[in-house]
Amino acid sequence: MIRKTRVLVAATAVLALGLTAACSGNDDSTTPDTSSAKPEFNGAVTKVYSPSDKKGGTIRMANAGDWDNLDPGEAYYGYEWDFLRLYGRGLLTFKSQPGDAGNELTPDLAEGMGVPTDGGKTWTYKIRPGVKFEDGTVIKSADVKYAVLRSTDKATFPNGPAYFEQFLNLPAGYKGPYKSKGVNTDSAITTPDDTTIVFHLKTAFGGFDYFAMMPQTVPVPEAKDTGANYKQHVVSSGPYMFDQNNLGKNFTLKRNPNWDSATDPIRKALPDAFDVSLNVNADDIDNRLLSGDLDIDVVGTGVQPAALGRVVGDPTIKAGADNPNIARLWYTSINETVAPFDNIECRKAVEYAADRTGYQTAFGGPLAGGDIASTLLPPIIPGYQKFDLYPAGADNTGDVAKAKEALAACGQPNGFETNIAYRAERPKEKATAESLQQSLARVGIKLTLKPYPQGDYFSAYAGNPPFVKANKLGLAQNGWGADWNDGFGFLSQIVDSRVIRETGGSSNTSVRDPEVDKMLDAAVAETDTAKREAMWGPIDKKVMEDAFILPGVYAKTLLIRPKKLTNIYVSQAYNMYDYASLGVA
Amino acid sequence: MITYIIRRLFAAVVLLFIVSAATFAIFYLVPRLVGATPETLATRYVGRAATPETVGIIAHKLGFYDPIWVQYGHWIKAIFVGADYDYGSGIEHCPAPCFGYSFITHQPVWPDLLTRIPVTLSLAVGAAVLWVFFGVATGVLSALRRGSLLDRAAMSFSLAGVSLPIFFTGMVALLVFSYKLRWTASGGTYTPFTENPGEWFYALLLPWCVLAVQFSAQYARLTRAGMLETLGEDYIRTARAKGLRERDVNVRHGLRAALTPLLTIFGLDFGLLIGGAVLTEAVFSLPGLGKYAYDAITNNDLPKVLGVTMMAAFFVVVANLVVDLLYAVVDPRVRLG
Amino acid sequence: MSEPFLELKNLKISFPTDDGVVRSVDGLSFSLERGKTLGIVGESGSGKSVTSLGILGLHNRRNADVSGEIWLDGDELIRAEPEKVRKLRGNKMAMIFQDPLSSMHPYYSVGHQIVEAYRVHHNVSKKVARKQAVDMLGKVGIPQPDRRVDDYPHQFSGGMRQRAMIAMALVNDPQLLIADEPTTALDVTVQAQILDLMHKLQEEFNSALIIITHDLGVVAELADDVLVMYGGKCIEFGAAATIFERPEHPYTWGLLGSMPRIDRPNLDRLVPIPGLPPSLINLPSGCAFHPRCAYEPRTAGLGRTVPPELVAAGGSKHLVRCHVPTEERQRIWLEEVKPKLEAQ
Repeated sequence: MIRKTRVLVAATAVLALGLTAACSGNDDSTTPDTSSAKPEFNGAVTKVYSPSDKKGGTIRMANAGDWDNLDPGEAYYGYEWDFLRLYGRGLLTFKSQPGDAGNELTPDLAEGMGVPTDGGKTWTYKIRPGVKFEDGTVIKSADVKYAVLRSTDKATFPNGPAYFEQFLNLPAGYKGPYKSKGVNTDSAITTPDDTTIVFHLKTAFGGFDYFAMMPQTVPVPEAKDTGANYKQHVVSSGPYMFDQNNLGKNFTLKRNPNWDSATDPIRKALPDAFDVSLNVNADDIDNRLLSGDLDIDVVGTGVQPAALGRVVGDPTIKAGADNPNIARLWYTSINETVAPFDNIECRKAVEYAADRTGYQTAFGGPLAGGDIASTLLPPIIPGYQKFDLYPAGADNTGDVAKAKEALAACGQPNGFETNIAYRAERPKEKATAESLQQSLARVGIKLTLKPYPQGDYFSAYAGNPPFVKANKLGLAQNGWGADWNDGFGFLSQIVDSRVIRETGGSSNTSVRDPEVDKMLDAAVAETDTAKREAMWGPIDKKVMEDAFILPGVYAKTLLIRPKKLTNIYVSQAYNMYDYASLGVA
Repeated sequence: MITYIIRRLFAAVVLLFIVSAATFAIFYLVPRLVGATPETLATRYVGRAATPETVGIIAHKLGFYDPIWVQYGHWIKAIFVGADYDYGSGIEHCPAPCFGYSFITHQPVWPDLLTRIPVTLSLAVGAAVLWVFFGVATGVLSALRRGSLLDRAAMSFSLAGVSLPIFFTGMVALLVFSYKLRWTASGGTYTPFTENPGEWFYALLLPWCVLAVQFSAQYARLTRAGMLETLGEDYIRTARAKGLRERDVNVRHGLRAALTPLLTIFGLDFGLLIGGAVLTEAVFSLPGLGKYAYDAITNNDLPKVLGVTMMAAFFVVVANLVVDLLYAVVDPRVRLG
Repeated sequence: MSEPFLELKNLKISFPTDDGVVRSVDGLSFSLERGKTLGIVGESGSGKSVTSLGILGLHNRRNADVSGEIWLDGDELIRAEPEKVRKLRGNKMAMIFQDPLSSMHPYYSVGHQIVEAYRVHHNVSKKVARKQAVDMLGKVGIPQPDRRVDDYPHQFSGGMRQRAMIAMALVNDPQLLIADEPTTALDVTVQAQILDLMHKLQEEFNSALIIITHDLGVVAELADDVLVMYGGKCIEFGAAATIFERPEHPYTWGLLGSMPRIDRPNLDRLVPIPGLPPSLINLPSGCAFHPRCAYEPRTAGLGRTVPPELVAAGGSKHLVRCHVPTEERQRIWLEEVKPKLEAQ
């Protein structure tokens, strides 16, 4: 028996050593960078990496899950919007340029930006003439109107954004073109001629151009619309069309012969085809990116923890990675409905006592987690103003003295007990809760960790006001990424008290300030972009003064740069590589 | 024999009903026990911007307001008679057997299942051929040279094969053989046999080997134990006394008898593998039933979960039946009645 | 007829184990002519089965140490090439085992197994071999052999099964047949039939027959000579008549005394031999039987210290291994043991 054990131990040791040797080999030896540029860390964040005009080739992408929605009427994820530009042209889109320019809107299907009238209640767009669908038919304004109307049918398309049905002046009880066939919708959208489309809103909204950017304005030919099955073959208005589509498995795009580059100043359309695999093992995706067998992890949220270690540890691999800031904030909600947080000073105590560095470390450190936050708006959102109302000391580990002062002021000099909620499936949120537990304990605030399932987190637990009260969830882990990078897109869902429902479900779990609501309304109505942008900062500051939110980190992602592609750069609008500009080396 | 088969088939049908009811209960009752309402259930299947109105519409559409037995009844009815599905711009008839529509992709489940069966079958059959061949061969050699270095090495290797989880061996194998050495295909590159047999083989080679390593280990041990037991039987002594060559004694008399219990185990393993090669398919990103189950479960997509569970149960039941019938064929002492 | 067909010379078979060396056969010698029957008698563990397996060469040389000489019709088997011995097995020499149900493969029909036995040694088609099998089954007295040839062993009754086993052993006309406890697993009524069959077949084929048994009744029926084994050695050898009428070893006396017989008047008192068979690893010193022997005190201590030799007693063919002097033994038999046996 002992002999047998020794043999087994020896064999395993040999096996383990052999595998380690095989694995730790230098990745450089596998696939050299075939593009002309020299690899450097963050080489594609602020500039174009390996610029080229070379046409041809196939870009290989993979998605660790299923493609949530190919249908432009329902797509709601950043990566889907980024990718949609390959097969769909909405009225407007973001500029395909690196850096801050990527956050600027530019006309796509439309000829120019929207023209507001009636104080911002009416918006008019002119559509470029001669743009065709993949079958050669010319795109008319009616096709855009139809696309927007069908997207309001929430029974068929429950997953998409709800801005249009919220703002458009639709007839009462309108259920979309399938169920409300023949209903006159001119109160909401009119098409005076084939190249003009006019939107009529219920209330003025200064940022309507952002709505026009959404894929719900990508035209859909009514004759070929098959409702929930339209995603089986979306009719393309962009440079590429669907070749093969095996839902749940993979799909390929090929060139759209009816796309005319003369009508499209934005897209270069360099590759000949795209090959996208779905439901691929996430760790396998990272391994293939590193070995060059795959070009893009299309979801674009960054590497898995397993690969993270390799990137951080190996300078050669790190030089092939990009670490952009993304428009996402990880934060902790402080709920005033749970005593003693009804007293603002107790809330401020939390703001002062929290160890910000610990928060950052819990989320993955400066590389994989992000930068320490002191405001709600991340720096890349236009309208961001830098301020820090609750300085946490020189090393950002918290100001214990000030925290204790605040506690005394709110009548709890020895601290108090409360609960902190977080999503059970997210180890980073758990680590953050633990870090807060430790740092707040320094001033006597005792936290008990309460994990909840992420699927129902907002509808049933941390976002459900009666539940919050009943279970004394004084703190709740939270995170928010905007639908698009402007103050409205970022702030409205998390600081407007009117989105909070007793039945639960909103992302805003703690901010209730009528003052803030008024400021939001004012900003929303402002049609001048520059003036509007200047109004978000003060809203941010007011919420911070109310101490309803403890900001954590401005998120960053760690992306592995494709080894065989050209024109690689991070789009600030989509927080990942700009898929419409890529080419093959 | 015929009456036996009919009885077994009937029992199988009853079992499938029970499995379906149990799965239904787990998905519907358990959340309600912890306070879920039709609305909270429906929030999983709508976007993050859904209004309460939308949630209500979807809850209605997915049948969450009906009592659980009504929902179950609809599901059963659809399997036998088919159902109609409103896809927005029209109504689609889903012919029997209709396993419903995915809550998330709104696509019918049954055609999905059908496209995935060949993938899992390819994986299972290929791996089975490998593991039976190598496992039995190793087991026989080990038994014949019991106590030798070969025997000990084989059994130690088999211990490792059984102990190392497939998500470890699979990932390491991919890293070493596919990405570093470039001998085998990378993950997620399955091509159907009808499209390109060469590519099909190439894509499955590594998953077959990894899966076979795990199972052949078990089979080597079982064969070895079975052989050792059989070789001690009296009829082995008789065979030798008749003057048979040692090879014929070991194979025709020894192995033949040792393999029958292995037959039962193989049948069950194969049946289970069809329904549940979850880890292998997840690691290698093969679009089979196992991956389907994995995705369905993580997304809480009940119709898909029900569909794949029924399919897996079906294969297990069939495998059991086939094994029992085969056993009667193989061992003349067994009479089914 | 003068040259013995089978001759054993000082056969020793032992098995090294972790607990010590098991000396199953410790210097056995005898010879047997064609047409003659030898009965080997002894308790379990006396070495009789090990001997028979040794003759057929069925011991795994890795586990067993076999020494001595086994001569079969001019061929020495212990030092012969295993392949040569294999060709003789089932062919020139064959064996019938005790339990026909466990000794036949349950998955193959009886016919298949007989055909197999035939085709190992004869290069013929399956059809021809099958005809042989059917013939053989008929010869051993199985009714409707052409139908029963495809039945499986478990479909036969005990007696028929043993006949089938005999058919399988005899299909190649072996000149030496060893039957190891051929009737032990059978009903008493069937036993007689089987013994009858074996006797008939032996006459027909003129084969040499060794019957191994612990049942003296079987030996009395068939054997020409009887060899009694104890502790791996032969302790008495002689013609059957001699052994039954003038046995000279205390162990043999014990065996006869413990034999139930219908013709004896008083049936309710069998006299068992006291004590247990000896451990083959640690045999008692001196005479292996001495701890159980009532007459050990009459050996003047030799029984305890000196292993006795096999020497002639009475007739030259009668051999006994005992320290009690011959005259003393004969006297004991006539005066003490025999009357008791008859009085039983």
